[in-house]
Amino acid sequence: MIIDILSWILLVSGGLVGVVGAVGMHRFPDFYSRQHATGITDTLCAMLILLGLGLQAEMSLAAFKLALIFLFLFITSPTASHVLANAAMHGGLKPKLDGTDGEERS
Amino acid sequence: MMAFRYGVILFVFWLLLSGHFEPLLFGLGLASVILTIFLMKRMNVIDHESYPLHLSSRLPAFLAYIFREILNANIDVMKRIMTSSGKSISPRMVEIPLPQKTDLGRAIYANAITLTPGTVSVELTKDKIIVHALTKEAADELFTGNMAKAIPDQAIDK
Repeated sequence: MIIDILSWILLVSGGLVGVVGAVGMHRFPDFYSRQHATGITDTLCAMLILLGLGLQAEMSLAAFKLALIFLFLFITSPTASHVLANAAMHGGLKPKLDGTDGEERS
Repeated sequence: MMAFRYGVILFVFWLLLSGHFEPLLFGLGLASVILTIFLMKRMNVIDHESYPLHLSSRLPAFLAYIFREILNANIDVMKRIMTSSGKSISPRMVEIPLPQKTDLGRAIYANAITLTPGTVSVELTKDKIIVHALTKEAADELFTGNMAKAIPDQAIDK
């Protein structure tokens, strides 16, 4: 029962964090700063939801598989973000920095 | 010898993923692990880089550190999203030193930077790493070098 409540709290707060990340993606001004907002969904949102699901699975093989998803997500998602940012940089997309207007293609 | 250790790890991994203990499937799993190890030995990819077991003793402390960092950074970025329509940011590109010498250490460091929201590693050079930081605070935090110190950078003994 307590585990159920705890897992629900984790799942719901994970969902809310995901929504905040989505809001941030629309509010932030340019490609690079939007990546920070999606970073929230990649990390804290995924953490909370997987932890909540893990509590539902209790001590089973499913929990172990969830832990593996967690592990792989934490290795692959920053790599994907880095590649995306790197490609944008090499493609000539200028970041909108503090005090400049940027975001024009050179 | 190293191949044998990885074989044992692979087999335990197979057991945990499949959950089958019947003789036939058990045998098939064992056969596939042996085949995998055989192929890996021929491809010469069994080394400390593909299986960084020598770092595993430092893993718990590192995970505890990185999860704390991720949590703090998440809360900070979320606050900035929800207050003042996402205007309270001061994005900047900074070059921070890259003290890690091994490729593995560099990859871990760059990934750790990207994992904490507020900083994304954009470009790596030989001894510098170009980072897009969402705020001045996030950039300053990287310049303190606390994260670089937490990253293991042990030489690979061949």
